[in-house]
Amino acid sequence: MQADLNVILPEILISVYSLAALLLVAYTGKDRMAGVLVWLTAALLTAMALWIGATGQGTRTAFGGMFNDDGFARFAKVTILLSASAVLVLGQEYMARRKILRFEYPLLISLSAVGMMVMVSAGDLMALYMGLELQSLALYVVASLRRDSAKSTEAGLKYFVLGALSSGLLLYGASLTYGYAGTTLFSGIIEAAEGQAPVGLLLGLVFVLAGLAFKVSAVPFHMWTPDVYEGAPTPITAFFATAPKVAAMGLFARVVHDAFGGVVGDWQQVLAVLSLLSMFLGAVAAIGQTDIKRLMAYSSIAHMGYALMGLAAGTALGVEAMLVYMAIYVTMNVGTFAFILSMERDGKPVTDIASLNMYSRAHPGRALAMLLLLFSLAGVPPLLGFFGKLYVLRAAYEGGLAWLAVAGVVASVIGAFYYLRIVYYMYFGEEREPLETGKSPVQWGFLMASAALMLLGIINMFGVDSVAQAAAATLVN
Amino acid sequence: MTIAAMSFYLFAISALTGGLFTVISRNPVHSVLWLILSFISAAGLFVLLGAEFVAMLLIIVYVGAVAVLFLFVVMMLDVDFAELKAEMARYMPLALLIGVILLMQFGLAFGNWTMAEGAEAARGAVAPEGVQNTAALGLLLYDKYFLLFQLAGLILLVAMIGAIVLTLRHRSDVKRQDVLAQMYRDPAKAMELKDVKPGQGL
Repeated sequence: MQADLNVILPEILISVYSLAALLLVAYTGKDRMAGVLVWLTAALLTAMALWIGATGQGTRTAFGGMFNDDGFARFAKVTILLSASAVLVLGQEYMARRKILRFEYPLLISLSAVGMMVMVSAGDLMALYMGLELQSLALYVVASLRRDSAKSTEAGLKYFVLGALSSGLLLYGASLTYGYAGTTLFSGIIEAAEGQAPVGLLLGLVFVLAGLAFKVSAVPFHMWTPDVYEGAPTPITAFFATAPKVAAMGLFARVVHDAFGGVVGDWQQVLAVLSLLSMFLGAVAAIGQTDIKRLMAYSSIAHMGYALMGLAAGTALGVEAMLVYMAIYVTMNVGTFAFILSMERDGKPVTDIASLNMYSRAHPGRALAMLLLLFSLAGVPPLLGFFGKLYVLRAAYEGGLAWLAVAGVVASVIGAFYYLRIVYYMYFGEEREPLETGKSPVQWGFLMASAALMLLGIINMFGVDSVAQAAAATLVN
Repeated sequence: MTIAAMSFYLFAISALTGGLFTVISRNPVHSVLWLILSFISAAGLFVLLGAEFVAMLLIIVYVGAVAVLFLFVVMMLDVDFAELKAEMARYMPLALLIGVILLMQFGLAFGNWTMAEGAEAARGAVAPEGVQNTAALGLLLYDKYFLLFQLAGLILLVAMIGAIVLTLRHRSDVKRQDVLAQMYRDPAKAMELKDVKPGQGL
């Protein structure tokens, strides 16, 4: 038991912190302490990320194989924790000014981070489900944090109902899988499902994949994404677009390789189709959007398509490409949302794309940073986003999915249009009412740092690719 | 047909019927009653499996507490269910199509359902031998599945925080009793005598 508990020590620490902080603050400062609590939580999550990244070694399992601590889990956990703390810090001022900074918000985020850590470490269908629910339930609540706004409550409700449906699909698939394999442990399932999968297991697999596709908002399970992104308060949207996506992608990789690694051919086609549809729908549907939050929703759908393309390759290279892609994607999104959070006029938040007209004239520095980020999101060489795409395309090509790689390039060209349109507005648009972008040094710092990373990262990616390679090797063997 | 097989089909059919009518009955109160039927049938199925503790839990917790709570909520809800149903009817053809396709797929899977070698043995191996149902459950829950048990606790905590965050309101326009202020008030200052002269206001 002692050894088991040592493996989940980071999760225990974050949970205990959340419980203690909840009690303490509920009896003392309540919402007055919320600002402090945000910084404290972010500091704890960052410290945990550094700790996991620095000290984690080898592969350990706990609770009879239910919980894995390997290179893959650690890579995903560091990405999740760092992005969660970045988004917490980013949104603090925004939420405080709109009076929606409740003290429960940072605690719900940290509890959902625990759920995400369990997700990427899961070695059992039940642990998978527990992690997933812990993460999602906290997200449903924060989506409707602004409860006097009809849009925010609608976002929360929609997310909740559709999320419950997807959980149902996932559970149904899990029960069919259990029915075939007689065990819920991934190590048992992979033994039972070697070679050719019978129809029953195939149905289970498809249901599980459908449930997971919902969480990463892959087409055709994407319908909730634009509405939830638009309705939720912007800091929450920024959170939705980063950490939970990494966690769900990590879980996806875990399930297909750890549990269904013996029947690669069977899930490869499902993932390829999900990826193809996501890339094209994300690219085409974003063109008509006028709200930048909705646009980012479609952008994230398209990006999930590319990440899935890496997974669909079914090789260690594919998992590596997916990890690198997600790390880059998260960095880009943190920067972009730092900018979106700062967009305002007369103290009110603005999310209309047209409000960016001629933005470069008033704020050339910020406009340049945003230009770099948008080019990187579009995958324009030589920025970092291009290398992410290159990785997944190469993985798909070498995994024998050349047609998918070609489709990915086409979708990327279509998708570039709407990113470039924002750049066009910023530099060549018509003169309109000017847009203010708040004076928060935190948002400015994240925007600039993220844009700088897009440029500097192309030298050696800060070694992320070699770490991702080692991480992927622990998952696929 | 043995008695066990007969009761299995009986419970299975009534569970399915209950589920179906939960979805399609017009009156939401009837829906809850059908739901109770399907809970009870599921409890019967558990008894047939030899899991009498879970069966009793299902009846006590789900039928006794959850379903009754549902009844209260449904009766207090001010929702026009007829309107909701009309909205639903628009999507009925699509829903039916998906349902039929799913049903056919399951028929296919049912036709040649196979199990992995040793699946039966693996399923039985989870429960510790030689102890009663309740004891076995306790051993699993607090030992082997300790992690899951604690995570379930965290999930419930999040649900509770969520309910409070989304519903608790501190209204500032309501006068509240402040006990300390009442106790520490100075009686000497409670009343002030003013000498109002005739023909003049204050």
